[in-house]
Amino acid sequence: MLKIKNLHASIDGTEILKGIDLEVKPGEVHAIMGPNGSGKSTLSSVIAGREDYEITQGSIEFVGEDIMDLSPEERAHMGLFLSFQYPVEIPGVSVTNFLKTAINESRKGRGLEPMPAKDMLKAMREKMALLEMDKSFMSRSINEGFSGGEKKRNEIFQMAMLEPKLAILDETDSGLDIDALRIVASGVNKLRKKDNAIVVITHYQRLLDHIVPDKVHVLFNGKIVKSGDKSLALELESKGYDWIKEELTA
Amino acid sequence: MDILKEVTNSDYKYGFYTKIDSDKAPKGLNEDIIRFISAKKEEPEWMLEWRLDAFRQWQKMAEPNWAHVKYTKPNYQDISYYSAPKKKKTLDSLDEVDPELLKTFEKLGISLDEQKRLSGVAVDVVVDSVSVKTTFREKLAEMGIIFCAISDAIKEYPELVKKYIGTVVPKSDNFFAALNSAVFTDGSFCYIPKGVKCPMELSTYFRINEAGTGQFERTLLIADEGSYVSYLEGCTAPMRDENQLHAAVVELVALDDAEIKYSTVQNWYPGDKEGKGGVFNFVTKRGICERNAKISWTQVETGSAVTWKYPSCILKGDNSIGEFYSVAVTNNYQQADTGTKMIHLGRNTKSTIISKGICAGNSEGSYRGLVKIGPRAQNARNFSECDSLLMGNACGSHTFPYIEIKNKTAKVEHEATTSKIGEDQLFYCNQRGIPTEEAIALIVNGYCKDVLNQLPMEFAVEAQKLLEVSLEGSVG
Repeated sequence: MLKIKNLHASIDGTEILKGIDLEVKPGEVHAIMGPNGSGKSTLSSVIAGREDYEITQGSIEFVGEDIMDLSPEERAHMGLFLSFQYPVEIPGVSVTNFLKTAINESRKGRGLEPMPAKDMLKAMREKMALLEMDKSFMSRSINEGFSGGEKKRNEIFQMAMLEPKLAILDETDSGLDIDALRIVASGVNKLRKKDNAIVVITHYQRLLDHIVPDKVHVLFNGKIVKSGDKSLALELESKGYDWIKEELTA
Repeated sequence: MDILKEVTNSDYKYGFYTKIDSDKAPKGLNEDIIRFISAKKEEPEWMLEWRLDAFRQWQKMAEPNWAHVKYTKPNYQDISYYSAPKKKKTLDSLDEVDPELLKTFEKLGISLDEQKRLSGVAVDVVVDSVSVKTTFREKLAEMGIIFCAISDAIKEYPELVKKYIGTVVPKSDNFFAALNSAVFTDGSFCYIPKGVKCPMELSTYFRINEAGTGQFERTLLIADEGSYVSYLEGCTAPMRDENQLHAAVVELVALDDAEIKYSTVQNWYPGDKEGKGGVFNFVTKRGICERNAKISWTQVETGSAVTWKYPSCILKGDNSIGEFYSVAVTNNYQQADTGTKMIHLGRNTKSTIISKGICAGNSEGSYRGLVKIGPRAQNARNFSECDSLLMGNACGSHTFPYIEIKNKTAKVEHEATTSKIGEDQLFYCNQRGIPTEEAIALIVNGYCKDVLNQLPMEFAVEAQKLLEVSLEGSVG
């Protein structure tokens, strides 16, 4: 599904990612953990194709294709989804209108006809129920005046609608209270399938109580310094990131 | 930043030129030319005198230069002030319309045929200076509604024209209004009788069509007591190298309890990417509201090289309402100085101003607005919201709000914001599969929603398309 080899990336001449190797297979859930400034958000931006970053070395393959030269929208059309840590507001553009445009542009990108309005509305209703969202959501301007929890729920709602092959959830748990966290996590779990995969980027273990990962990686100073199963997350939680630092410098 | 740069480079899609035979006045302006125009139009003596008086006043006036725009002042002696398609016999069907003209409309996607069939809109088509065809006139006439070329109105309804022309925008109001009063060659006249709700949207499509011809439209719209009318005005112009001067005057009269909704979509040739050519649009639009009357101006301005335009309301009658909803887009080297004046004279008068400026490329966009509350205007209310959206770093956006209050009971609110289409917004859209051009269209349409919502449905769709075309290639 996703194959990253020796990825180096920099912004304005500063190297942030210093040789990342990561392989995610269909059906898997990976967690990437790490302290602030370790390069977690850079990694998700680079995978999604943000142009501010320069890739200096390495490769990214997605569903068997080299995606390094593809635009963000082309990657999205292939089934790559990024749930933003800070979703942006677009005043005057309703959630419905935004999603309709996103879905139909993605379909166009894949050579498909636009989705009939009736089917789209039906799907929206179903997915909103899944995330316990109110109908009024659909007509609100996207992310404008949304609470932190509403923004994150809206991200997962879009993920549900776009049905990506790979979803990267960047700090989806930040800004969520415990109830919202449970709703979002159960939404994500319901979207898990054998043929799709999820990468959860998080600072804390708590989201991983709900979305249980197959593999956990620790990102530190632009490199994955440790990988393991879900128990690694628990270990990190109890020992803190200093433990990794000490281990590395030892 | 490269993604943002690509959006400024599309050519004017509506740049084409229709060959229509015309007869034309020699270049220059003097009393003889005015006599020539008046004679061509077969006008009565009083109209000629009115024009000559305007011309004499104009000669004493100076071209204004207070607006935040820079341009080479036109040589008014180097313009031909009259050009008209050759007179043809009265047209009974579309078959009789000049096929060249029909082709032009097809290119614009607004063929008369389609207009008639789909939208039930009566169209008074103005190509160059003479109305070529007036549709639905008889149908409207059954209700007592008059909708015709102003030159016909001068001959057929002289009392109405004489009573109202120049009462809202006096001949000597300003340099361009005086010029227009002297030389206007056509435009529309509309009268809605007492208590009549006009059952369809009245619409005029303007075209500037003859190289080197100034265009001087004059519109006079009277809504008698308790009547209602929605009027649409839309324009596109062919691509041209030299500057084209356009100085229109629009006068609206809303008598007691009447309501006028006046919507404009303006898409004149803005000049090329280097700022060469393009239409100069110096327009005076004003309406007067009597008791309980309401005038609502909605405009989507995307064209012209230089725009100087302030659709205004004089709220003379008690409880009258004035509204101004505007989207003004400037791209490349376009300059726009536009806004409104709300003059509160009567008691309990209310006005709303929503202005959305969008600047891209090297353009300059200014909002200039006046809210004036007279001493007798007890409990007057105004709300103004002026927003600017910038694309790139080379454009400029300015706001010049003027507020004059002479009554202590007035409440005036002014809000202003400036924002930029951010890389973050674009990346967010891109990540969801929406390419940059579509993302910009989405963001801009969202930003303009409050104004677009004021437009009649089919016009709103057209306006949305126009915004997209105008901003294609504009983020940098």
